[in-house]
Amino acid sequence: MELRRLPRAALVAYALLLATPLLVPSWVLFILTLALAKFLAALAVALFLWAGLVSFGHALFYGIGAYTVGFSAKWFGVREALLLVPLGALLAAGVAALIGLFMARYRGVFFAMLNLAVSMILYAALLKLYWVTGGTDGIGVRSPTFLGVLPPREIFRTAYYYVTLVITGGVIWAVYRFLASPLGYFLKALGDNEIRIEYSGESVRRILYLTYILSGALGGLAGVLVAFTVGHIVPEYAFWIQSGEFVFVALLGGFGSVPGPLVGSIAFEFIRTYASKYAPEAWQMTLGLIMLGIILFRPGGLWTIYETLASRFTRSEGGVARG
Amino acid sequence: MDEGTPVLQTVELTRYFGMVRAAAAINVEVRRGELVGIVGANGSGKTTFLNLITGYVKPDRGRILFMAQDCTGLPPRLVTKLGIARSFQIPQLYAGLSVLENVLLSLAAEAGHSTSFWQPLYRERWIEEGMQTLERFGLQAYAQRPVGELPEGGRKLLDIALSFALKPRLLLMDEPTSGVAIDDKFQVMDTLVKVLQQSDITAIFVEHDMEVVQRYGQRVLVFDNGQVIADGQPERVLAHPEVRKAVLGRE
Repeated sequence: MELRRLPRAALVAYALLLATPLLVPSWVLFILTLALAKFLAALAVALFLWAGLVSFGHALFYGIGAYTVGFSAKWFGVREALLLVPLGALLAAGVAALIGLFMARYRGVFFAMLNLAVSMILYAALLKLYWVTGGTDGIGVRSPTFLGVLPPREIFRTAYYYVTLVITGGVIWAVYRFLASPLGYFLKALGDNEIRIEYSGESVRRILYLTYILSGALGGLAGVLVAFTVGHIVPEYAFWIQSGEFVFVALLGGFGSVPGPLVGSIAFEFIRTYASKYAPEAWQMTLGLIMLGIILFRPGGLWTIYETLASRFTRSEGGVARG
Repeated sequence: MDEGTPVLQTVELTRYFGMVRAAAAINVEVRRGELVGIVGANGSGKTTFLNLITGYVKPDRGRILFMAQDCTGLPPRLVTKLGIARSFQIPQLYAGLSVLENVLLSLAAEAGHSTSFWQPLYRERWIEEGMQTLERFGLQAYAQRPVGELPEGGRKLLDIALSFALKPRLLLMDEPTSGVAIDDKFQVMDTLVKVLQQSDITAIFVEHDMEVVQRYGQRVLVFDNGQVIADGQPERVLAHPEVRKAVLGRE
């Protein structure tokens, strides 16, 4: 896939998302906000899939982001988005920097399961330390303020959607830059050949470690944004099923590109909404069938449907493209 | 460091794998600008010698000096940073990237910018240098193509180009012509020797094809059972009956 610049379609899609509040009812906006926020966690997982590694524990960072919001509200009465968004990302990145020290030593099933193990430690702690965390009751969070201003009720949902959209847009841009950088290319090369990387004088462990920190920050960011969207934080944020959902979303949309997980996340939230409305007893089965179809017919994910169509309509550009 | 200091010097380099003697007190000196061929039968310790120098295998005993600096026991990554690069019998490439991108990653690593995460890999300076490197190895036509589309000879050359792009002082090549069609062998070696002559790189290549060593090596080391049994000019060394017996199994 083209790493050196954002596909034009992504810019068009982004413009569409900007116009969306004018076109859709409020409940759709809520689902879109949720999808945009969760996309960041799916993207965090996709970064590792890019390198041939799967993490079943990214709910750890997601949980840290969400509980940053929860504890700030509960203990300090702070609900300023411009403070908590970076704080949640930083705390998650900090934890990633710590556990990344040993995660970067592992590959394959060990990497997947170690991530899961650590996330389950957090889950158990959130569940059992109920006098701190509220246990299964969780923590309620009120709507966030922006620079101290609380938007009026009528426009709050729209305002918060735009905040999420701007943050998501910034992250997409930053991750594109990351993937187009030497480190991003080394990350992809890592799945191909670790020996050559070491024999280039570069450390595979360092590449994984730095990616792990970035990935943790993205997970934390997602947690903060979802906490504000949903308004209620429970230990399930850090549960392994949540981690599995991020992997599911990345695969559904396609992890070979940045727009892939976004498409996956939007599709996932709508499928879940409609499936649980029309087939409340079988919505998970619906998801399972869709995943089966994707793996059988579109292993590159939903985004590759667009890529295939686009390449059919445009001629490929020759020569050395300069980024 | 004066001109007389060897680029590479091994002192009593020894390594056993269980009962197998892979390196037995090897003392070798390679001087600046030399192109040294290593021959020997299968299992004679040729590749182990390269693995020892690059830190992939640790010696049981002995020392390795690179430009008079002791690098015994360093891992491949640090040995590479000192200025020793290597290519492999089976090319070690990034299969998911284009030919040019493979070279760009070497250039990024060499420049010490490999963990830069904000500036793009595709930089004018690196693209230019990468294309020049590919031209030197005759691979420029494949620059934008996936690595998988390269013919075997091209894969071998790219593997060496990746090491070359690291701007090493010493280049080790493990069987640069193995797996290459007989007709293309000399072409691959011609390209290689020309590149080496144009740059100030000392090189050692492992080769089981006597003809290739005879034609291209300025000096040849003969390995047998983990030992260097002969060292000298190819025409003279390879004509020796004992050498022919050790390498070919017949006189």
